[in-house]
Amino acid sequence: MSEKKLDSKIPEGPIQEKWDNHKFSTKLINPANKRKYKILVVGTGLAGSSAAATLSELGYKVEAFCIQDSPRRAHSIAAQGGINAAKNYTNDGDSIWRLFYDTVKGGDYRAREANVYRLAQVSANIIDQCAAQGVPFARDYGGYLANRSFGGAQVSRTFYARGQTGQQLLLGAYSSLQKEVSKGKIKVHTRCELVDVVTVDGRARGIITRDIVSGEFQKHAADAVLLCTGGYGNVYYLSTNAMASNASAAWRAYKKGAYFANPCFTQIHPTCIPVHGDHQSKLTLMSESLRNDGRVWVPKNKDDTRKPQDIPEDERDYYLERIYPSFGNLVPRDVASRNAKAQVDLGKGVGETGVAVYLDFKDAIERDGKDAIEARYGNLFEMYQRITDDDPYVVPMRIYPAVHYTMGGLWVDYNLMTTVPGLFALGEANFSDHGANRLGASALMQGLADGYFVIPYTIGGFFAENTPDGLDENHPAFEEALNESKSIFEKLLSVNGTTPVDHFHRELGKIMWEYVGMGRDQEGLKKAIEEIPQLRKKFWSDVKIPGEGNQINVELEKAARVADFLELGELMARDALDRNESCGGHFREESQTPENEALRNDEDYCHVSAWEFKGVDNSPEKHKEELNFEYVKLSQRSYK
Amino acid sequence: MSNNNMNLNLKIWRQPKKSAPGKMVDYKVSDISPDMSFLEMLDVLNIQLVEKGEDPVVFDHDCREGICGMCSLMINGQAHGPEDRTTTCQLHMRKFRDGDTIVVEPWRAKAFPVLKDLMVDRTAFDEIISAGGFISVNTGNAPDANAIPISKENADLSMDAAACIGCGACVASCKNASAMLFVSAKVSQFSLLPQGKVESSERAVNMVNKMDELGFGNCTNEAECEASCPKGISISNIARMNREYTVGSITGK
Ligand SMILES: Cc1cc2nc3c(=O)[nH]c(=O)nc-3n(C[C@H](O)[C@H](O)[C@H](O)COP(=O)(O)OP(=O)(O)OC[C@H]3O[C@@H](n4cnc5c(N)ncnc54)[C@H](O)[C@@H]3O)c2cc1C
Ligand code: FES
Repeated sequence: MSEKKLDSKIPEGPIQEKWDNHKFSTKLINPANKRKYKILVVGTGLAGSSAAATLSELGYKVEAFCIQDSPRRAHSIAAQGGINAAKNYTNDGDSIWRLFYDTVKGGDYRAREANVYRLAQVSANIIDQCAAQGVPFARDYGGYLANRSFGGAQVSRTFYARGQTGQQLLLGAYSSLQKEVSKGKIKVHTRCELVDVVTVDGRARGIITRDIVSGEFQKHAADAVLLCTGGYGNVYYLSTNAMASNASAAWRAYKKGAYFANPCFTQIHPTCIPVHGDHQSKLTLMSESLRNDGRVWVPKNKDDTRKPQDIPEDERDYYLERIYPSFGNLVPRDVASRNAKAQVDLGKGVGETGVAVYLDFKDAIERDGKDAIEARYGNLFEMYQRITDDDPYVVPMRIYPAVHYTMGGLWVDYNLMTTVPGLFALGEANFSDHGANRLGASALMQGLADGYFVIPYTIGGFFAENTPDGLDENHPAFEEALNESKSIFEKLLSVNGTTPVDHFHRELGKIMWEYVGMGRDQEGLKKAIEEIPQLRKKFWSDVKIPGEGNQINVELEKAARVADFLELGELMARDALDRNESCGGHFREESQTPENEALRNDEDYCHVSAWEFKGVDNSPEKHKEELNFEYVKLSQRSYK
Repeated sequence: MSNNNMNLNLKIWRQPKKSAPGKMVDYKVSDISPDMSFLEMLDVLNIQLVEKGEDPVVFDHDCREGICGMCSLMINGQAHGPEDRTTTCQLHMRKFRDGDTIVVEPWRAKAFPVLKDLMVDRTAFDEIISAGGFISVNTGNAPDANAIPISKENADLSMDAAACIGCGACVASCKNASAMLFVSAKVSQFSLLPQGKVESSERAVNMVNKMDELGFGNCTNEAECEASCPKGISISNIARMNREYTVGSITGK
């Protein structure tokens, strides 16, 4: 295995000064010259919309792409709970330093310190920017912004807009995007999917897209490409992600030379509505903010089939409060999820399937009144009732962990550039800031930090060294990539087998959940590495896709994404097998403390694993970026 | 098959593409659990069709949580179906009975042409937003978020309006195919906030003019839009917008 060092380009100097120094020393592009550079922004979620709008404001030529019929519908819209920022409006001891510290610790010491510090630094500006755009954040009676607390933190630093924070932040970024569209400065391609990244002499020079309505393949040349295409949680089939969320853009980039970092770092969110049947198409998150007031419990006795209201107090086990007295129900997600699974494994699970735990609001309702609880969580309670037909004001919610977020993603340096020059990755698509576990309300923060405040500076540094050279779509690399993409879609259509795409996706999901899910061990991971390629082979010989490619063909779209998931799943299992330690969301059964907490191995694994593609049926090559913790001392996480 | 599961008759609009004529086609699905969502029921139908080598029914959807605004569907003549304040993706089959016949059609409006089957083109909404549905602030210009206090009442009213998911049910359920509720929600959200107040009347005029230009109809106070809105957006927003519009037209802004 090669030990080639990846250059993370972390600026010199004390951590508090790195970003300012870097901004100062990065070369500027003269305003008149900016319009000569063209940037393709793929994805219009928080990361993509904010980047596209800001870069256009600066004067660059921007084109944006998304799968949905409007940029406003990107998956970011579904975020509920809130966005963190180190404003310390609540005067409870928050600071940039504390947010930085909480994030490094929450990520179980597998994130790059310099990036995390920058994230904490720009977090406050995000809230300012969003308020100026007309995002209707929750306010108190004095007219000032309200905050709530989230898991993994002991301060209240989370800003929110009812239970629709992602929606409001995205609509803010989308309105900025449309503002630039109205000036004719951004062109948006909706229902248009990236199918390949085009490289010339190793540098990203454009993309190939497929128009979802006409089936047409198109070439787009540019000076830089930004992938803001979200996470890959749907590799598990069932997740809280939207149906179209996918890994394909990142995966095609990986195949073109971008390294994929920490693919096995996935987040299983503790509070989701449990699975109810075979036809279930997705899982619904119940925001983590509910853990502010809800108490998690299971019956003390195994196989207790009584209704929750019939189980007396002294026969309930509020296990999070018992095991983690100082954080209680607000332990980080990975800890909460693992503990729920442990209770279910002990036979104490509740509900029809026995695969759930209770989240109970009885005490909060008695303490604060039903109205107060409704004001805080009304829309979530309504959603829960609509789905389950149970009234959470009366009976406790049943919840269970579900796949939610992927910390892994394309490896990027401090400038958010991948290992392919000119190709950048922002938002959930990159691996950068959350280490092995993301804290609640930090993904929205990171997406907007990347788009509004980081890339506008760092891309200038790249352009200063790479001035426009007139290369356009006529370069033969575009024709070659276009034909390659076309042939993949033609190949999919030509299989003409007997089994619908969803079947393969569901099967892959089962393998992933079973062996690369909440608890992983060597034996299971080896099984996954054996079974996934077999399933992939079956897919390519038996998938059935009716219809043609030159029209709307939903099955074909799905098939192309599932084909990529079938390769990515294997890489995730390989990465999980290679990382023989537990950290954050990656729990190796072989590596735990006597109290069953994740046990890190800093000696051997204090690094980022960045994988290089070597062919679909060959083992990928691992590269290491060593992580140095100069400011937050490496220590075993404790939330007790 | 568990006792509560249902057999249903479906009548679904099929149209191969924008320029081709469409028609209603009958289908049957069986063993539908009351806990399934409406879209999961359509997934079952589509798997059946794919297995037979037929073209599955195309419909828009993404989040399946009632927030992205992607799903649409006229179900038995009602936008998003029979349940109040509920998007199609959050509608569950327990609202139907064994043996029911369910009629499923796309949004119908001149400004929302059908692309295929139940999928329509709503890019007109994006065009309306780019006509003025924003506050003209560039990144980097913002003062501290707490520099301008906003009364809780106004912030809450603004949020009520901002909850619009842009699905287009208001247009689909209006006999004039007017987009007034959609436009007024955006105008209201901003006019209730000091940051948005500055451009308020100009915004109303620009957005309304754009709406007219794109072929949406006039508002004749039918209030069907409010009744069908899955997010409960109030028609009082339309009155607020009309005030801004009047000021805007008089002052020529
Ligand atoms: C239910 C839910 C609730 C959440 N709640 C919170 C919360 O309260 N706080 C928090 O901080 N985080 C939360 N998160 C996480 C957070 O929402 C996401 O991590 C974040 O929004 C991702 O933003 P993004 O811009 O990176 O990508 P996305 O918003 O996922 O956008 C991806 C974009 O890429 C486009 N795209 C993808 N592939 C292609 C392609 N091949 N070609 C063209 N376009 C493509 C899509 O169309 C879309 O526009 C939540 C997540 C979920 C699932
Ligand atoms: S699919 Fe998103 S609102 Fe229905």
